Amino acid sequence: MKKELGIFILLVVLCIIVSIKNPNFLLAINLQNLARQIGAFGIFSIGLGLVIITGGIELSVGSMMALLGVFMSMMLTEWGVGVVPAILLCILVSMVLSLTHGLLITRLNMQPFIVTLCGLLFYRGLARFITNDETKGFGTVAGLDFLRYVANGNLFGIPMPFVLLILIALVTWVLLHRSVYGRYLFATGRNAEAARYAGINTKQIITAAYVIAGALTAISGIIIAFYTNSVSPANHGNAYELYGIAAAVLGGCSLRGGEGSIVGILIGTALLQVLRNLVNLLGIPSSLDFAVMGAVILIGVMADQILTERRNRRQVTQMRSATKS
Amino acid sequence: MENKTPILELLNISKRFPGVIALNDVTLTVDTGEIVALIGENGAGKSTLMKILGGAISRDSGTVKIEGQPAEIKSPREASALGIEFIHQELSVLDNLDVAANIFLRREPTKAGPLKLIDRPRLYREADALLAKLGLDLPSRTSLSRLSLAQQQLVEIARAISTGARIIIMDEPTSSLSLTETNRLLEIVKDLKAHHVSIIYISHRLHEVEEIADRAVVLRDGRNAGELARNEINRDRMVRMMVGRDLKELFTTANGDGLKDKHPDWFAVETLRTQRYPNHAVSFNVARGEVLGIAGLVGSGRSEMARTIFGVDEAIEAKIKLNGETLKFATPRDAINHGVYLVPEDRRSCGLVVDFNVRENISLPNLESYSTAKIINTAKETTAALSAVKSINIKTPSPEMRAANLSGGNQQKVVLARWLTFSPKVIIFDEPTRGIDVGAKAEIYALIRKLASEGVSVIVISSEMEEVLGISDRIAVMHEGRITGFLDRSQFSEEAVMHLATGAAG
Repeated sequence: MKKELGIFILLVVLCIIVSIKNPNFLLAINLQNLARQIGAFGIFSIGLGLVIITGGIELSVGSMMALLGVFMSMMLTEWGVGVVPAILLCILVSMVLSLTHGLLITRLNMQPFIVTLCGLLFYRGLARFITNDETKGFGTVAGLDFLRYVANGNLFGIPMPFVLLILIALVTWVLLHRSVYGRYLFATGRNAEAARYAGINTKQIITAAYVIAGALTAISGIIIAFYTNSVSPANHGNAYELYGIAAAVLGGCSLRGGEGSIVGILIGTALLQVLRNLVNLLGIPSSLDFAVMGAVILIGVMADQILTERRNRRQVTQMRSATKS
Repeated sequence: MENKTPILELLNISKRFPGVIALNDVTLTVDTGEIVALIGENGAGKSTLMKILGGAISRDSGTVKIEGQPAEIKSPREASALGIEFIHQELSVLDNLDVAANIFLRREPTKAGPLKLIDRPRLYREADALLAKLGLDLPSRTSLSRLSLAQQQLVEIARAISTGARIIIMDEPTSSLSLTETNRLLEIVKDLKAHHVSIIYISHRLHEVEEIADRAVVLRDGRNAGELARNEINRDRMVRMMVGRDLKELFTTANGDGLKDKHPDWFAVETLRTQRYPNHAVSFNVARGEVLGIAGLVGSGRSEMARTIFGVDEAIEAKIKLNGETLKFATPRDAINHGVYLVPEDRRSCGLVVDFNVRENISLPNLESYSTAKIINTAKETTAALSAVKSINIKTPSPEMRAANLSGGNQQKVVLARWLTFSPKVIIFDEPTRGIDVGAKAEIYALIRKLASEGVSVIVISSEMEEVLGISDRIAVMHEGRITGFLDRSQFSEEAVMHLATGAAG
């Protein structure tokens, strides 16, 4: 809980500074926009967080979104697939591809970085190939109101993606922090060998994390595709996996595995989106937005590391004096 | 000795770890050209003392002097600069490099020029010369990964000698060596002594100590337990000093003899071939209520056997019967579901998730039974953990304590506690008391005996002679992947076990 608290304070401080420097930050329209972004990015970041807790990584998120985006567009505008089947197919495809990642990683002992890096390259290429590198949209096809509402609408003034994020966060919170699966996931991430000796099927646990991440990526992907309303296969979703990884790490997930929380990932996502917003509102040249993000993440993680080490040293000293007395 | 000042003095060294005093005012001195045997039971503090000398851990108090001068050694590199070299029990050779590269690691002969290219001809020439001088029959261009464990050990020894060290610490150097190799090593040690090199020789093999030591320093429970001069060194005196009390106290003798006769073949390993020794089939039976000890040297395939039975390692061939039923354990889960459990050798990396707390560790393999619809009921977990803590006396302030903060003995009890929440039929203990203090040892032995008397078949793999002789009803001895013989209680003796462990047929 301490880890989340630190990053939460950073988020609040940033919000206060931005709202003092530019009161427009607090305008309903800005906050709504911010919440919409947090919703869209938060959903797949949770998935990435689960993968990171296994000690793995998933780099193909952005490319996967481009592939799913053009796939969705082609299903709806060119192949005449109904809305509900299209959504389900989209999620299914993503889960099957992620299942492949999981199986390659657990059954063939391939490194997650390599497997998903190849996914990143492969899906991007595939998306560009099947569209002839043309941007795909959703045109004027009737019956897409529901999807447009999910991406752009509000429920009692709260953007739908944010509402969805909260629902998904609640479910995954129970899954990660209260269920048998979650306990196994942490055990596997902390020490896969010991988990195996305790009778846990670590391969299944890890594979499942990738599949869940795939499903969440598809949901985020659909929302983002309808939010941008057009999918350019060469650029759509570029580097989104890095937003997810950054959010998870800021939120206390360790790339070594076995550490992390849903609340942390949510706060991490919020912090990243506030940073993007801040670049706009404070008139910082938009070319600098990655630099600002990089600097803040570095400072945040560094501060956390320094504080943790100081705390550990204090504990050791305390124990020493306790054993001496 | 011509030199009156000892070359090495460790004076009044103390070291505390959380929850345990590892060293309490320990003193050890070594003269030039002297072979000092440092002996004591596992956990007596030998390794800690040597780690302090090597700079791997810091001391809380005490003085280290080299030739009378106080020295602060903070890293193995600084120790090396002072002429102190270590040969560890766990090999520290790099198995992706060849013999010569290992011997001259960090001291490679280089060609002139700014690039410091390695002078390969010279490297091999010098390595060959050194190996010849030591009488070691090792090819200098062979990758270490293709050598046997014993040969790798010899490379490590060659490396230490080649640095021109003045003090060499050998920690169980013969634990993986054959008899001939051991004799060769003892010759080398005597030769080093003749060249005024000082040796600290740590070994459990007391006959080696009898053969070469000028003096034996005995540690017990982190203190000096006494010293024996050359003419006083004999096995009985050493054992008495090391143990410090009657060994029989440690071992209770309660057992379920009645059960044994009723179910002599309760757990039967009919054929088992492991990946380590695919050509050697192992077979043995354990009766209900029997404690079968498995003795043997490091590398004899005991742990591999245990892991293969438990389903952690894939078997080449496995035919296992429990109470007449043929079972197949493809994964640990299968074994667990049939009541066959393993308490592994390495608690910290295999036995426990050390970052989990006691409660989470105990419930881990049995989590489903503390859950409703896959959601964990923490209250149930806590109740189970509390009752385990109480029934086997785990010393922890609360079940929420991280396992990493517990002492070795209590960690081991946590591993055991998780299996006791089931109803065990067979439990395999792999080195159950390694690194555990004497008090906790006695408790573990009592638990093992209690399990047997309740009708569990217990297998205890142990490298500690006293332990395996004390706890077992019967002993199987392994050597290079085979069981070389079984010993009944009436045949128990250290010599009989050693005889079989070094490869003699039973």
